[in-house]
Amino acid sequence: MYPADYRYTKDHEWIKVQGDIGTIGITDYAQQELGDVVFVDAPKVGAKLAPGKSFGSVESVKAVSEIYSPVSGEVTETNPLLVDTPEKINTDPHSAAWLIKLKLADPKEVASLMDAAAYEAYIAEQTKEHSA
Amino acid sequence: MNPKLTDLEAPAKNVGKARAHVSQNEGLIFEQSAPGKRGMELPPLDVPAVDPAKALGSEFTRDAIEGFPEVSEIEVIRHFTRLSTWNYAIDLGMYPLGSCTMKYNPRVNEFVARLDGLASEHPEQPAEVSQGCLRILHDLQKCLLSITGMDAATLQPAAGAQGELTGLLMIRAYLESQGNPRHKVLIPDSAHGTNPASVVIAGYEVQNIKSNSRGQIDTDHLREFVTGDVAALMLTNPSTLGVFEERIAEIAAILHERGALLYMDGANMNALAGVTRPGDFGVDVMHLNLHKTFSTPHGGGGPGAGPVLAKKILEPFLPIPVVVQKPDGTYTLDHNRPKSVGRVRAFAGNFGVLLRALAYTLAYGPGIRQATEDAVLNANYIRKNLEPYFDLPYNLPSMHEVVFSDARQKVRGVNTMDIAKRLIDYGFHPYTTAFPLIVPGAMMIEPTESESKQECDLFIDAMRSIAAEADATPDLVKTAPHATRVGRLDEVAAARKPILRWKSA
Amino acid sequence: MRYLPKSPSERQEMLAAIGTRSIEELFTSIPEKFRLRAPLDLPGPLSEAEIIQYFQTRAAENSRGYVSFLGAGVYQHLRSVAADALLQRGEFLTSYTPYQAEFAQGTLTAIFEFQTLMCQITGQEVANASMYDGSTALTEAVLMAERLTSRRHVLVARSVHPEYRQVLHTYAKNLGLEIEEIGYTASGQIDRAALKPDTLARAAAVVVQSPNFFGVLEEIPALAETAHASGALLVSAITEAVSLGIVRPPAEADIVAMEGQAFGIPPSYGGPYVGVIATREKFVRQMPGRLAGQTTDAAGNRGFVLTLATREQHIRREKATSNICTNEALYALAATIHLCLIGKEGLREQALQNLAKARFAQSELEKIPGVRRVFSGPTFNEFSLEFPRSVKMINAELLKEKIIGPFALGMQYPEHTKRAVICVTETTPRAEIERFAAAVRRILERPV
Repeated sequence: MYPADYRYTKDHEWIKVQGDIGTIGITDYAQQELGDVVFVDAPKVGAKLAPGKSFGSVESVKAVSEIYSPVSGEVTETNPLLVDTPEKINTDPHSAAWLIKLKLADPKEVASLMDAAAYEAYIAEQTKEHSA
Repeated sequence: MNPKLTDLEAPAKNVGKARAHVSQNEGLIFEQSAPGKRGMELPPLDVPAVDPAKALGSEFTRDAIEGFPEVSEIEVIRHFTRLSTWNYAIDLGMYPLGSCTMKYNPRVNEFVARLDGLASEHPEQPAEVSQGCLRILHDLQKCLLSITGMDAATLQPAAGAQGELTGLLMIRAYLESQGNPRHKVLIPDSAHGTNPASVVIAGYEVQNIKSNSRGQIDTDHLREFVTGDVAALMLTNPSTLGVFEERIAEIAAILHERGALLYMDGANMNALAGVTRPGDFGVDVMHLNLHKTFSTPHGGGGPGAGPVLAKKILEPFLPIPVVVQKPDGTYTLDHNRPKSVGRVRAFAGNFGVLLRALAYTLAYGPGIRQATEDAVLNANYIRKNLEPYFDLPYNLPSMHEVVFSDARQKVRGVNTMDIAKRLIDYGFHPYTTAFPLIVPGAMMIEPTESESKQECDLFIDAMRSIAAEADATPDLVKTAPHATRVGRLDEVAAARKPILRWKSA
Repeated sequence: MRYLPKSPSERQEMLAAIGTRSIEELFTSIPEKFRLRAPLDLPGPLSEAEIIQYFQTRAAENSRGYVSFLGAGVYQHLRSVAADALLQRGEFLTSYTPYQAEFAQGTLTAIFEFQTLMCQITGQEVANASMYDGSTALTEAVLMAERLTSRRHVLVARSVHPEYRQVLHTYAKNLGLEIEEIGYTASGQIDRAALKPDTLARAAAVVVQSPNFFGVLEEIPALAETAHASGALLVSAITEAVSLGIVRPPAEADIVAMEGQAFGIPPSYGGPYVGVIATREKFVRQMPGRLAGQTTDAAGNRGFVLTLATREQHIRREKATSNICTNEALYALAATIHLCLIGKEGLREQALQNLAKARFAQSELEKIPGVRRVFSGPTFNEFSLEFPRSVKMINAELLKEKIIGPFALGMQYPEHTKRAVICVTETTPRAEIERFAAAVRRILERPV
């Protein structure tokens, strides 16, 4: 379910690193919690991000989820697909529906994030709390 | 395509207090337009006509408005009458929306608001020919001060949220006059969304505080939060759980000890009028929603009015203008108030709403207590009768409203929204869903005093019946409503590709 | 009490069902020392007849039987009996905000029609379901411009309604918004020369009103061009909406903030009215207030819902576009019904009558020695005149003849003592205009 080569945050973002470029999106768990996505508010290319800083939001009909950057860097690209088809986040959150790409300021930051196994354990815990 | 006669022959079945009946189809008014029709004629012009292009210059004029309606009077009457039959309304039955206080809107209030000499008055006309209007405003202020136990009033704010902002601006101005406006306003997690939004416009930062396991403010917790940087606590009392803050005096004392003020959101004043007064239990400033407690019609979303009542220390900061009575007994609008927070809207307020609220108050007089008692009686009667069927997450005594949750029905896949939609088939408007935020799957029910025992019983029957359906035939509930002109509407499509106006084909 | 539907024995039955002996027991969560012992000090209770008597007495203390030449943001226009009858249908009057769409299609459909009419009238692409009034709509429009541009400087024409500007100042003070006021020229229009490129480059918006407070129309296309050249938005306020029956709409403006009172809503001493915000489609997510949108149900039936609600306070809380919740739905409906009745031809005819009557009044008054026009710019149904003596004195004398005189500019504009804004609408009969002019002449002819 959760790609092994990605890293994850407690706020349910994922990041995939290729060289000094990171691709960021929200996880399948996050899209399920949110429901049908109707709008994505993405940052401008060139925006500087810091870890834990909100850079945009994903909206369903009755909820808004802020998106926080897992790492620091500068936005190089936003996903044009999400402008007219935000619903892609519901069907393909880990691939086609990536949100932004950024040039990493410090590739070492990624190491502090959860790997897939740790993230799966984390959401299992979350689910248990919810149903309690 | 004509329906078969057999389709029409089947008699409608009673579901609780309701039975389906024919409603008229009706398109948009623009779709009925045809050149040359009109629904209103003007008296002939009695001065020489003017050519607009010559008078204004052609760069300042426009042609006739493309796509604008051209319909006759009877078509307009039918159009809006048909639309009206697609609505639910208090005039049709109980409207149990929690925190909205949907009570009866007396018809005499509509009558007096339309009187020549009241509806006709211009807000900039001289005070000499506005004594009636000013007296109405002054009399209402006196009534509201008496009901709340406060010292000073402004009737200017246009609605509750603007009242909140006005109250917060007064707090800021007061603290500034003491040397430090401070930075934060505390808001419990059970608050209405307008509270945090208003705090931001007043230039403050929101600090959320958690309710304790009983849904009340934890005073030990509060003590930690109230630092020298806290300007105020915004508290809804009774809370959005419909529960009175039992330690209200202690809460006020904690704030006052550290120079902070207590703001009360008066959205739930319908539980208190005539029984207790916020001014007596430590509130420094509050607003009232006249379209809730004081019966002015909600009109499909407004208008409202959000008077602010304050203690003496805040009086200098009231927005301008202030209605005052002069020593000679006449009334005037006082604009000369150097410490005022300024003006929050044009003119003196929603006069037409304010006078309806006065008419309501005069109808009850001190007997307003009976209305409060009946509202609380109805809520507790419904609570008692539904407790065996629905989960009650907070078990404190209810005042004017009761908050259940869908926890028991959730196991069958039926949530609060499904139950709410199914209520429509039983002839009731849904209760408030998904609020307060501290109750997952909230079902917030406020019957108000306007409901008879019979109407309450019908509501209880409907809710019990839906609880049984949720168990036996959950899909029936999940796909409700079944008796309306339209089924559940696709809100996702509406938000993804917004169509916000009609366009000609 | 006639509004309460319970008999004493029913109350007892209900108490018994709850398991309490007295109503007092239901209030024990209120600490005893705060429970009132004595009845409240309130007038009443009054019967319906007494309530009517009270308000009729108040109405008689006002200006019944007077003719008025006041405009200044609130206008006397024709209203129809049919519109008011529809407005009083309980299904509209006593229904709540249409959150439960299936049970509120009447209100939602009407809001959708209102939004459409407001777009047609203002020349904009989207309009919301209403704001409190024109003054708060203007403030919200400015805050919207700030969000859209991330700039905090605002250039506001002094010819914008003084009370609208005061409201803007109240809101701006704590939000770090700098308001700079821009003067006017001999035409009565905003002084475009004062809009310097360096200030404009820092400005979120240029804010004007047209027709402005002096009655003069602003040159919207040129102002838009000036603002846009420096990345600022143009916000255009409208207080006299009937003007748009013949006046070119502010289509080039980025945000329009309008007071809709002129569309069949009585003056009611200041409210309730109906504010409108209209803008470009691309700005819709920064718009405050409710919006109705078209959609379908599973069977394909057309229906309407409240949409794009994530902008609003009940979802986004402290990050919302505005704290507005209650709007003026009933008066949006009033305006909608009125506009459907008066229709395409009627609105144009009404606007033409206003123009003609105002021109007639202006020429009658200008015949009086010492009375002269103040501004050279084009005007609709309001115009500014200078009198040889104090307007305050003239108005006091007029009042004795049951005439409410024009709005004296001196209080709000110290440079304009002896000047006033006169308003004439289609409801002012020619004979009253002539009586007014004659009275002014007589007053001015009296020895000082």
